[in-house]
Amino acid sequence: MPGEKSASVEEIDVSAARKIAAGHRAQGNSLVTVLQDVQTEYGYLSGEVLEAVAEEMEVPFSQAYGLATFYSSFSLQPRGKHHICVCMGTACHVRGAANILEKLERDLGISSGETSEDLKHSLESVNCLGACALGPVVVVNDAYHGKVSSRDVDKIVADLE
Amino acid sequence: MSTVATAKLASLEELEALRSSIRVEQQKTQTTVALCCGTGCQAYGSGRLIEVFAEALAKEGLEDSVRVRATGCHGFCERGPLVVIHPKGTFYQRVGPDDVGEIVAKTVKQGELIERLLYVDPQTKEKAQTEEQVGFYKHQHRLVFGNNGAIDPKSIRDYLAVGGYAGLAKALSELKPDELIEQITESGLRGRGGGGFLTGRKWRSCREAEGEPKYVLCNGDEGDPGAFMDRSIMEGNPHSVLEGMVIGAYAIGSNHGYIYVRAEYPLAVENLGIAIRQAEELGLLGEDILGTGFDFEIRINRGAGAFVCGESTALMASIEGKIGDPRAKYIHTTDVGLFGKPSNLNNVETWANVPLIVNRGAEWFSSMGTEKSKGTKVFSLVGKINNTGLVEVPMGVSLRDIIYKVGGGIPDGRKFKAVQIGGPSGGCIPESLLDTPVDFEQLTELGAMMGSGGLIVMDEDTCVVDIARYFMNFLCEEACGKCTPCREGTKIMLDILGRICQGKGEAEDMDKLEALGEQVQLTSLCGLGTSAANPVLSTLQYFREEYETHVKDKRCPAGVCRQLITFSVTPEACTSCAMCVKACPVEAISGGTRKGKGKDRVRVPALIDQDKCIKCRACHEACKFDAVVIS
Ligand SMILES: Cc1cc2nc3c(=O)[nH]c(=O)nc-3n(C[C@H](O)[C@H](O)[C@H](O)COP(=O)(O)O)c2cc1C
Repeated sequence: MPGEKSASVEEIDVSAARKIAAGHRAQGNSLVTVLQDVQTEYGYLSGEVLEAVAEEMEVPFSQAYGLATFYSSFSLQPRGKHHICVCMGTACHVRGAANILEKLERDLGISSGETSEDLKHSLESVNCLGACALGPVVVVNDAYHGKVSSRDVDKIVADLE
Repeated sequence: MSTVATAKLASLEELEALRSSIRVEQQKTQTTVALCCGTGCQAYGSGRLIEVFAEALAKEGLEDSVRVRATGCHGFCERGPLVVIHPKGTFYQRVGPDDVGEIVAKTVKQGELIERLLYVDPQTKEKAQTEEQVGFYKHQHRLVFGNNGAIDPKSIRDYLAVGGYAGLAKALSELKPDELIEQITESGLRGRGGGGFLTGRKWRSCREAEGEPKYVLCNGDEGDPGAFMDRSIMEGNPHSVLEGMVIGAYAIGSNHGYIYVRAEYPLAVENLGIAIRQAEELGLLGEDILGTGFDFEIRINRGAGAFVCGESTALMASIEGKIGDPRAKYIHTTDVGLFGKPSNLNNVETWANVPLIVNRGAEWFSSMGTEKSKGTKVFSLVGKINNTGLVEVPMGVSLRDIIYKVGGGIPDGRKFKAVQIGGPSGGCIPESLLDTPVDFEQLTELGAMMGSGGLIVMDEDTCVVDIARYFMNFLCEEACGKCTPCREGTKIMLDILGRICQGKGEAEDMDKLEALGEQVQLTSLCGLGTSAANPVLSTLQYFREEYETHVKDKRCPAGVCRQLITFSVTPEACTSCAMCVKACPVEAISGGTRKGKGKDRVRVPALIDQDKCIKCRACHEACKFDAVVIS
């Protein structure tokens, strides 16, 4: 029953989530896939959206929420306009990735995993991007920056406008 | 290039006829420019190069006679973007958009070499003209990776041209399922995903298990940080994985397959998806494969970012749409696996080996390697190494040869310290054991393991305690939390390691770590926990002194652990260029400038205020005169 519940919540329109979920209802095993598609649509998984998916898939909310918190690729927060991702793989680690992440945290004023209040920046660290030759690697909105030094971070941050 | 829609192949003869026609057609193109579009080269901008090449060729009117082929990873990521020009095989490295015009004008049109784009061996100073002459490739034996540079992964026609699906044709026409399993068993192929289980034996268990349907699964989760070979196979030669799976399914008696691909690998998902569609169109996948009556379909499941989902039972739970936590394996997944049915899971590289074995025979395969480890293994060679990249060598080659012959040694004249093999489940191997051959048993004996094949090289500037802490942090975060020894054990070990790195270590800490590590090893539920202590135990075994220096002297000899190091400026070396002053984010550096006028002008060397210093290394990095020292 789209519309009925959403009147009380903010402007998030959950109809797209319902539509994605409805297409998969027949296969009860596809909740992870549904959440992935829903996240692609919305950029993140809000409580309202998760509720709509659970209802549509006829599973308890706790199950959807459980998956969304277990798997690290799901985000319960919106991402910033600029999403910055720092690789923490072993190759990047031995080449100083921790310092790069810390500098980004300092310069952007947010911790890894957070989004700035004005929704401009979000920062995230990942286990390994598999671009080990380029370590340390920072990915800004899908653009790779390789062999990043702290001075490159200055440039990266300056270019974010 | 785009596949021309072709009708389903109804027989083996039709497959061979199609292959011949593709080869005839491809021979019409004299020159091919193969552009590596693996992750590394793409990050260096190879995507743009494709466009620039297309434009440059069109300008010369060569767009029809010269083919630009976007290939998967060639392995030599260090030197990307890589370009190989066939038929001669001219090998250019670090190619930029500005080089393209000249390449087309000189090399493509006139066969001339462009000296500056050739690879120069850092030791011999010799220039290599082809890949085979490059030290990095010369000492490899590329089988699984052999075709990566020769095909466009989005083109099934390319795969057919290099002999693709001939293994499948042979399996379906000449071998009964039992004979096929026998062949794989005899080849000695063992799982490349870490455990090293005999593949043929696993297939046999699944074939003989009761229950229908049976599932054939491919593990493309590749969770080990620092490992990217499965990615490069899935992205660069997806059909080889599919072909292996269809052969396996035929042997096992399964009609349903899944490939579980890591969330971070969108290109792998895309290329596998394209490959599945193309193979279905040609009747190499789907119903009535090659008119033999055998059906097999493959679906792709994307992972969602959980390391533990690489573990077999967790992976199956994840495909079922559940939280990926493992279960105890009193009953094997070959009996009760995905959806409670018999399931056979193999790693990407394992599957990619299968067509090779069927094509060339068990004897050929088992002639390579050691007594118990056969064939080749792909490693990702990363860290403090000159030639970062993917390397494929026969089993039994020594770690020393991989690091020095293929990898070209350690950069910047630094000294080798250790090589970490096997990812978070593996261990650190010191210089004295570098002659160990790569072999499942021998590596395990040293407290490391083959794992998926990540080789992370460390030099004297890498702190092994920090590395142990790094892996423990990783495992602690990735532990699913189901069993107590792993959930709590990794947490406590991490706390102790963190303390040691902060200079708050106590004399008993090393013994505590050992005792706890052994407990966690013995009592955890799944492989994540049972191997979680390996990075700690192996570093304690080979580098105990370094731990002791941290604990007793409160010193980090590698200059890594922040609380144990100080940054200072050597006044004699300082040129007062002020670079460090500008770089410091907390204004901890004074001086570094010139004062006074005319003759009285003097240099004031930089000085670091230790109370303000946050040890971020920015000054150390900024200084061009090595005046900022870490002690
Ligand atoms: C925590 C954990 C993570 C694993 N991750 C992977 C992985 O990323 N890829 C993989 O192929 N195998 C992984 N494995 C091994 C699999 O459980 C399984 O043994 C393997 O996929 C079987 O295939 P194989 O026999 O071809 O190696 C992992 C095991 C554990 C315990």
